[in-house]
Amino acid sequence: MSTAIKMPLSPAQPGRRVRSGFDVEKVRRDFPILREKARGHDLVYLDNAATSQKPQAVIDATVRYYTSENANIHRGVHYLSELATEEYEKARKAVQSFINASRASEIIFVRSATEAINLVAQTYGRVHVGAGDEVLITAMEHHSNIVPWQLLCEEKQGKLQVAPINDQGDLILEEFERLLGPRTRIVALGHVSNALGTVNPLKKIIAMAHARNIPVLVDGAQAAPHVAINVQDLDCDFYALSGHKMYGPTGIGVLYGKTELLEAMPPYQGGGDMISSVTFKKTVYNRVPFKFEAGTPNMAGAVGLNAAINYLNSLGMDNIAEYEHELLAYATEAVSRIPGVRLIGTAKEKAGVLSFIIEGVHPHDIGTILDQEGIAIRAGHHCAQPVMERFGIDATARASFALYNTTAEVDALVRGIKKVQEVFA
Amino acid sequence: MGDLRDLYQEVILEHSKAPRNYRELKNADHKAEGFNPLCGDRFTVYVEMDGDSIRDIGFQGSGCAISKASASMMTQSLKGKTRKEADELFHRFHDVVTGQASADGDGPDLGKLAVFGGVSEFPLRVKCATLAWHTVQAALEGKQEAVSTE
Repeated sequence: MSTAIKMPLSPAQPGRRVRSGFDVEKVRRDFPILREKARGHDLVYLDNAATSQKPQAVIDATVRYYTSENANIHRGVHYLSELATEEYEKARKAVQSFINASRASEIIFVRSATEAINLVAQTYGRVHVGAGDEVLITAMEHHSNIVPWQLLCEEKQGKLQVAPINDQGDLILEEFERLLGPRTRIVALGHVSNALGTVNPLKKIIAMAHARNIPVLVDGAQAAPHVAINVQDLDCDFYALSGHKMYGPTGIGVLYGKTELLEAMPPYQGGGDMISSVTFKKTVYNRVPFKFEAGTPNMAGAVGLNAAINYLNSLGMDNIAEYEHELLAYATEAVSRIPGVRLIGTAKEKAGVLSFIIEGVHPHDIGTILDQEGIAIRAGHHCAQPVMERFGIDATARASFALYNTTAEVDALVRGIKKVQEVFA
Repeated sequence: MGDLRDLYQEVILEHSKAPRNYRELKNADHKAEGFNPLCGDRFTVYVEMDGDSIRDIGFQGSGCAISKASASMMTQSLKGKTRKEADELFHRFHDVVTGQASADGDGPDLGKLAVFGGVSEFPLRVKCATLAWHTVQAALEGKQEAVSTE
């Protein structure tokens, strides 16, 4: 591997700005944490698939909420409660328009994409999946889109079916279609893979499932920060979002569901806010979405998410997608041309993620050495152990990008990888 | 945080590339699996006893440079030790990699294992350095379940 170090690395144009008119330097000034140092170096934050950093607007909104708007929602008769309720419901409308849902009542606030998936598994799933029935997922799912279905199948004696992926990390559509059987009760798959970056051809997949009257849940945790989402155009039945991966606060997520499905589903948790009336004989549940929002919700989280959506809208999802696409192409070229480095996940369409391994070096060691340079990546199985198994590896190093990352940071990553190879030469 | 060279010392890198006693023991009396779910490190440790002493010890598996080198050097250090000596050595090693004691302080002589003193400057890597040790302890105690660092 010593040859790798001597070879001059010449990415197309080191440090060049990508072509699109996106002003990344201006964007970076919106994120205060990017001014921090890490281990004495400028922070190079490439762990965005784990969680994204927050723009000042999101931080300010959260502070403003607690400073001047906080009260419990949907129940107070006073000024602040009215204000808090208004802010919370404004956030619901912001999400509605962000993913182009037809009604605000199709937006349910939960604490995470994980909770959104569990909600569907435990309500829709428990009603519709019985002994011998099947749930179809894919081989590239995050644990959060595997385990809730395993729990359901275990309880109901159902069967979890897994559609395979090819060596590039693309779903094998013919195999997927073959697994859509008469016992398939629901399909659950990611929009964008967190471990591989694969963007799934959702419209095609959803049409295949709908042709057999099978509903589809999409785990959009990794998609929302990168690509425009249009649930009506996709025609998906459920869509799960994670606030903190799309520049919003932690502890807030979203479940989108089609009205007719949500209305037919039993509640998820019982408690306040999800009821219309309670007696010890009978409880009448509230209408959707409140039926699924038991207890005092994460109001500040919703307000922060609204600010994150406003921020994304101000930049334009199409501009963001275009910029990130060019950045990922630049990173893919620069990293893949380093001898001894192998990319894991080279799907036709990708977003945000560059997973790689270095010959002779464990990803954990890569992570430590890059960390010494102030470069934050993730090393490990990325909560997708079956994906690692598919590629015959234990772990990868993963650089994952956000709208504030630059080609100069990619160049720093490349220098860091060369340093790793020097240490292990 | 310390210098990278304190962590990745030559002897550590050398053991990680060419681990010693990297084999299954056919006549093992004790065997245990250790797993670090955070990074996917996974080792199986085999021990063959001679009375109260470790006659032979080997390991197999995969992991980062620190965990592999630690497993390799641990097998060299533990050969011929009694259970009690092995236990004392582990406690000493543990104190040193967690920065609670210095490698040249009191206690059983760490010998070559002293190179892991640099790990104390990298708290995130302590689990890597101690995985094989936890696993051999589990093996000697006859635990059936895989040990996990979490």
